[in-house]
Amino acid sequence: MNAPSPRPRGWTLWLPLALFGGFVVLVLFGLFRPAGREVASAMIGKPLPAFELRAAVPDRPGLSSRDFRAGTGAGKPRLLNIFASWCIPCAVEAPQLEQLRAAGVEINGIAIRDRQEDVAAFLARNGNPFARIGADDLSAVQLGIGSSGVPETFVIDGKGVIRYQHIGEIRPDQVPLILEKLKEAKR
Amino acid sequence: MIAEFGLAALWLAAALAGLQLVAGSLALTARGKDLAGIVRPVAVVQGVLALIAFAALIVLFCQTDLSVKLVAMNSHSAKPLIYKLSGAWGNHEGSMLLWVTVMGLAGGFVALVERRLPEQTMLATLAGQAFVSLGFYAFLLISSNPFERLNPPAPEGQGLNPLLQDIGLAFHPPTLYLGYVGLSVAFSFAIGALVTREVGPAFARAMRPWVLGAWIFLTIGITAGSYWAYYELGWGGWWFWDPVENASLMPWLAATALLHSVSVLAARNALRAWTVMLGVVAFSMSMVGTFLVRSGILTSVHAFAVDPERGTFILALLAINIGGALTLFGLRAATVTEGERFSVVSREGALVFNNVMLSAILGIVLFGTLYPLLAEVMGAKVSVGPPYFNPVSAIFAVPMLLVLAVGPLLRWRRDSLARIRWSMAVPAALVVLSAAGLAIRAQLHILPFIGLALAGGLAVASVLPLKGRNLARVPLAVWGMVAAHLGVAVALFGMASESAFSVERLVAVRIGETSEVGPWRVTLGGIEPVAGPNWTALQANMAASYRGGAPVEIHPQARSFWAPPQQTSESSLLTRWNGQLYAVIGDQAEDGRWQLRLWWKPFVTLIWFGGLLIALGGFLALLGRVASDLRRHIARGKIADRRMEQGR
Repeated sequence: MNAPSPRPRGWTLWLPLALFGGFVVLVLFGLFRPAGREVASAMIGKPLPAFELRAAVPDRPGLSSRDFRAGTGAGKPRLLNIFASWCIPCAVEAPQLEQLRAAGVEINGIAIRDRQEDVAAFLARNGNPFARIGADDLSAVQLGIGSSGVPETFVIDGKGVIRYQHIGEIRPDQVPLILEKLKEAKR
Repeated sequence: MIAEFGLAALWLAAALAGLQLVAGSLALTARGKDLAGIVRPVAVVQGVLALIAFAALIVLFCQTDLSVKLVAMNSHSAKPLIYKLSGAWGNHEGSMLLWVTVMGLAGGFVALVERRLPEQTMLATLAGQAFVSLGFYAFLLISSNPFERLNPPAPEGQGLNPLLQDIGLAFHPPTLYLGYVGLSVAFSFAIGALVTREVGPAFARAMRPWVLGAWIFLTIGITAGSYWAYYELGWGGWWFWDPVENASLMPWLAATALLHSVSVLAARNALRAWTVMLGVVAFSMSMVGTFLVRSGILTSVHAFAVDPERGTFILALLAINIGGALTLFGLRAATVTEGERFSVVSREGALVFNNVMLSAILGIVLFGTLYPLLAEVMGAKVSVGPPYFNPVSAIFAVPMLLVLAVGPLLRWRRDSLARIRWSMAVPAALVVLSAAGLAIRAQLHILPFIGLALAGGLAVASVLPLKGRNLARVPLAVWGMVAAHLGVAVALFGMASESAFSVERLVAVRIGETSEVGPWRVTLGGIEPVAGPNWTALQANMAASYRGGAPVEIHPQARSFWAPPQQTSESSLLTRWNGQLYAVIGDQAEDGRWQLRLWWKPFVTLIWFGGLLIALGGFLALLGRVASDLRRHIARGKIADRRMEQGR
């Protein structure tokens, strides 16, 4: 019953070094991995869940999931922008949305936890690029499509399938990226 | 002026570390022998200079000198003085400066007092300490100069993260740092011993106080950090297996193993290579932990400003220090002769078992912490949480706890279980009885069940080493062991009870309404705005009554800090001997009702009392060891004097 003392001999003495080497390689990979770090929505590639929202302002119709498959531009990819009048970055991205609209993109909006007069004032101040605006008072639709904050922008293809999710405001240099994603969604 | 003074002191300290490394290494060779005399003084002066640099940074933060970039980025003139002070180390550059300062002071202290080891080993140790320090000096001076000026000066500072404006957190990082860096001394001793092949009881005795000291600070740091997360984050949990928490737990696990194996080496001259290896691993875990936290590599979902340059630098330091040490270990450990032998059933056997279990848990935590990174290499994003850590570490923790109950009763070298079976009867019966009682009375998950069943027996077993001894003559170190093991039992009971019996209520109430949580009735009296030095808050005034007793006021707050703007929730805790009521105020709903989160957590405080008891045990042991070392030193001096007299 002798000698339970751990007796590291021979190759086992190099085991710690080998393990440490593995650690260094792993961590090096982590340090220099590509910068894209957004958490992707689990909804990408899935159809929009069915929803029906009342109009957020009097001069635009409300929004339903069917609107992404029907209408004048049937079969064409569209943008779905999640915004709110109380959200500062939403005002920051307004010129970029206007630019996209000018490029012929149809943009539908969902106003989150908002009041009619506040949304109207926000659109009067920052411009109104939206074809339709639905009011999502309890964030139910927002959570349903896998968005957790405002602003967020989704690319929806002509069949009503979510193709791309952009988290945070669209900055001026990101407009081409959004246009590219729309083009991809056409295929 | 002060900033430049501090920077000059830092450069000088770095230069002296270089000198210490060169002189210490050359002195080991036959030709450089004459250099041996300067190594110890240089080590002392290096520590003092680092301290001066750190003091300069403290002064800058006290004055809120906004022409210094680090101050402008991390402080604010409206901040309370205590948080201005803690701002000095509550950031990357300042904490790295604190790191080298503590390391320098520790090295200086070793140089001043340690006389038991062969001089060659001491020289190698100090050279090793200088080598590690030098890397951190280079890091500070090249890529994170804390004294960098800002031209023109900032009109106002950018504040400190309000989550960090908390008294607990002001002292949490320095406490952990003292632990981390204390382990650097153990690391250097291990290097010194490997270089000169002097691994034995003298080496273990020299290393032990440092391991003990570092371990005490780590224990306190982890306990305090856990309590901080518990009351500050407002989630009601006390351990989240977050990478940052794991970064502090891993060195503690290694240090705990080292603490026990170093005792075997000191008492019995066994486990030689293993102890040296743990000495290397413990500090390596400190550096790995610091790297994981600093580089932001694991918290990447939240960290948008990860600095790859900084991360690369620390990684290079890691690779050189740890890689070098492990290479040295691979080369030399085979020549470290095997220690004394012992039988499986013996004190050593139990300690080896404890070491293996602790190392296994360490491996599990390290693997779980790194797994998200590994999964990313395979192309998947995962997060690893309690469902992995809890059961998998319990597989090793439970057998370890059982052996912890038996081990201290065994004799060194060789013993038989039959000898101690009557001593073990009481705790064993207690475990069986509580298990049976729990099985009948309550429906519990398996882990809390095991914890509750074991805790009582473990507590009794941990004081058994005192049985039949004259308590006045029991050495302090034994008291320390008893206290620490009792602390483990106490903390275990707190953890298991919290997880088995906590009651949580999420309610929306109007003012004047009452809600119940466990034995408590909580009435929302009103909501009022209150203001602090740099925040405003909505404060809920609530009256809580325990089993219909007299109501006690509690005041949870939702705070808004204005520099930088950030919301935090200040939970309110009501502590009784048998648990805590934990209240958090949330948002107001549209219909005017307020969201409240209430928990009743029976015996939750025992988790941290247990942690403190463990630290106290370490402190008693340290006191006992240092006192007996001193006594031995004095006795030796007297014998030498007497010989001198007789010689005349």
